[in-house]
This record gives sequence, C-alpha cells and structure tokens, in this order.
Amino acid sequence: MNVLYFAWVRERIGLPKETIETNAATVADLVSELRAKEERYEMAFSDLSALRVAVDQELTDFDASLDGAREVAFFPPMTGG
Amino acid sequence: MRVVVQDQPFDFGAEAEAFASGRHDMGAVVTFTGIVRDFGGGGLDAMEIEHYPGMTQKALKKIAGEAVDRWSLGDALVIHRFGRMEPGEKIMMVATAAPHRKDAFEAAEYLMDYLKSRAPFWKKEHAASGDTDWVAAKDEDEDALTRW
Repeated sequence: MNVLYFAWVRERIGLPKETIETNAATVADLVSELRAKEERYEMAFSDLSALRVAVDQELTDFDASLDGAREVAFFPPMTGG
Repeated sequence: MRVVVQDQPFDFGAEAEAFASGRHDMGAVVTFTGIVRDFGGGGLDAMEIEHYPGMTQKALKKIAGEAVDRWSLGDALVIHRFGRMEPGEKIMMVATAAPHRKDAFEAAEYLMDYLKSRAPFWKKEHAASGDTDWVAAKDEDEDALTRW
C-alpha cells in the first residue's frame, strides 16, 4: 500500500511517500503498525486529533476500512484559500 | 465550471474579465482573490504552499460542483496556486456567476469556506528571520462550515 505524508507529518517522518506491506483492516490499525516501527512515527502520530487522513484521495476518519485501498495519506488540518 | 491548480501566477484581471464576458442570463458575477499577507514590518519573506497532487483537483471539483448545484450557478471558477509566493502575490481566486447577486455572493463564500478546510493545501510561512512555521488551522475556519 502507498502511504503518503504531507506538511509537518512529512517533515517529522522524513519522507513524502513509502510503500508498506500491511494487513491492517482499518486506518487506526495501520497507524498502530506505523507507531511501533520507529520513534519518528511515534512522534508524528502521537496526537491523532491533530491529524487528518485520506484513503484513495477521499477524506475519511481513522475508523475507515482499508479493504481494497491503494493509497493512504496522513496530514495536518488543511489551510488552503 | 473550471478548476485550475498551478504553481505559476495567474492574471486576476484577465480571468475575471473572461469569466464575466458573454453572459446574457447571469446578472451577477462575484470574484474573490486571496493575497499573501505580510504579518507586519516586513516580517514575512515568503509563503510556501504544499498540496496533494491527485487529490487537490478532485477535492476542488467536488466543492465547486456542490456550489454550482446548490445555488444553480451558471458557472464557477477556482484557481489555486502552490509553491513559493511573496507578500502581495495572489494565492488563489474564485468566481461565481448567478442570475442574482445573493446567490453569487453566497456561493463564493461557500467556496472559500470549503476551500480553506477541505482542499488539501498546507501553508508554511518563511519569516525574514529565517524561521519557518506551518500555519495552524483555525477553529473558526472549521466552525464556518457548520453554517452551510
């Protein structure tokens, strides 16, 4: 699965994109797997209320299923306009 | 309906003129443009805008499409830049065309409210001092969506 990071999430983790082998059923499960990987992931995902997630380029929430998902992106609340 | 995401500057006057021209059934055109604002005393060197290629265009089309449907707009335009911009540069613009002004104004405000919180853009300030800071989303921007 392709996992993308934007803004300070990208900076904290230190890369914009990676491919991860996972059987995570939900976004929350994927987050748990990532947090267990390394300290920098633990730091980036320490406060989920400060994060937003998109699955296959649609905004969703952390309970969302990853069944059939190809791309997951994590980022802070958006500041467009 | 037209949605443009680009790093290059756009010509606000030419875009507004082109958007407003040749309409015989639309009595009102509203335009808004957002500009990089210095936070006083030349403290801001530049604003850098990151986005999510692939999702950005889709998210903007969805937001613009909802505005067109809800206010029965004749047309809508969204242009949003990414990359590095200096104070005074235009970041983005929206334009709406409707038979009457109330719908055109409301739809433009709706577009702006949703663009701020639901389109995947992130602003980073580069201060003249060399410090950089990701702009935090404001609670009031999220609250603004509840009125729709």
